Amino acid sequence: MKKVYLLSFFFLPVFLHAQGDDLLSMLGDEKTTDYATASFKTNRVVNGHSLENTAKGVLDTKFSHRFNPLRQGLYDIFGLDGASIRIGADYGITDRLMVGAGRSTYEKTIDGFVKYKILRQSTGARNMPITLAYVADIQLNTLKFEDPTRDNKFSDRVAYTHQLLIGRKFSRSFTLQLMPTLIHRNLTSSPNDKNDVMAIGAAGRIKLTKRVALNAEYYFVPDGQLEAAYVNSLSIGFDIETGGHVFQLHFTNSPYMTYKGFVTETQEDWFFKNDEGKMLSGIRFGFNISRVFTLVKPKIQ
Amino acid sequence: MQKLWFFLIAAVLMTSAVAAQNAPKYLTRDGKLKFDATATSSPEKIEALSNSATCVLDAGTGEMAWQVLLKGFKFEKALMQEHFNENYVESDKFPKATFKGRITNLSEVNLSKDGTYNAVVTGKMSLHGVEKDITANGAVTVSGGKIRINAGFSLLLSDYNISIPSVVSQNIAKEAKILIDATLEPKQ
Repeated sequence: MKKVYLLSFFFLPVFLHAQGDDLLSMLGDEKTTDYATASFKTNRVVNGHSLENTAKGVLDTKFSHRFNPLRQGLYDIFGLDGASIRIGADYGITDRLMVGAGRSTYEKTIDGFVKYKILRQSTGARNMPITLAYVADIQLNTLKFEDPTRDNKFSDRVAYTHQLLIGRKFSRSFTLQLMPTLIHRNLTSSPNDKNDVMAIGAAGRIKLTKRVALNAEYYFVPDGQLEAAYVNSLSIGFDIETGGHVFQLHFTNSPYMTYKGFVTETQEDWFFKNDEGKMLSGIRFGFNISRVFTLVKPKIQ
Repeated sequence: MQKLWFFLIAAVLMTSAVAAQNAPKYLTRDGKLKFDATATSSPEKIEALSNSATCVLDAGTGEMAWQVLLKGFKFEKALMQEHFNENYVESDKFPKATFKGRITNLSEVNLSKDGTYNAVVTGKMSLHGVEKDITANGAVTVSGGKIRINAGFSLLLSDYNISIPSVVSQNIAKEAKILIDATLEPKQ
């Protein structure tokens, strides 16, 4: 017993010395929560939302074009002669809650949305493997009613979208997300079209360099909900980031930039046969330009 | 006799242990560390602040160690903060900046007596996967059992493999100024 007691005297200074060796180890590992950031360069993949939100107090202006199909070649300057346009702006109310609105040339649509991050991917004190966000979007067709003799109602103009974004930044360069989507249209163009359309989207990005990323986005609409003429939307593009801008340059088969448009009303596949059996391509060039302005500066003492 | 030897050795070791304990260690977890890389021609401020720099100082030997999480730096512009983490310091790969060194003029700095002293600190700075020797001057103020450290120094970003693209070279300075303000308390 006494020997053990004495031995402890020998070890005591050894312990003390070991502490002095690395002062930082004295601090121990402080438990902080490390949230995954920059899973995408901006809050859109191409047409639909990404896992990212606009930060609190920041206004993100969006200027987007989708051109005519490339297939007419030089005659149409590869589609640049005609464009579908959306101009919009998003604002971060908090780091988790953002709102946005826009106006598109297609059907003179006005759209507005609310997006909330329910779960944020993190490690450390709080461990969360995924990010989960919810998007509620409303869009309004403001074209004059085609048939004034019909009993036209304001509600006929409205379509709603509910969407969950479930995703994970797997590594510094790779992010994947799934987007179960429900679109409700008060009025459809044909009785064969369902008012409620369920779709599932998948999107990902691979960072090619620090400032350039490759994005892809696909929305799958299961059969039996839409007329056969409508096809799924597929887009592949590059995000190029400069100082305050993100340029998103992409190829897509959807000329529309709102949910009702690109999910339920895309008409040409990347490659398809026309009525005469001729092979054509519905690929279009398009871009989104995003520019952020810090309206409310965070307090930093 | 043997017992006496044991006693003597134990006593010697104990005194050294007690001596080590007598020189207290001071620490903080909420030191302020400001970083400023605004180029003279820049229209916008490129600066950030962390309120959670940690520091440990051994008053006996003058050894000191610093650590700061790069993700903890807050910028006024969220996008600038994202670019800082993603493109410059690559905080996913290199989450911390650390410094390990010692006060080289400890004879002129009396940490057990109230007063303000000029201290010269030399050691190894580790940032973005690169370790470099640096020396910094600072003021050490001892007051009421606490030690306050104020220091400023510059880091040449290219020394730490942090490259600045030519597009933003008008905005981002080649050298980042670092300002430290931390108050250390004795370790309990």
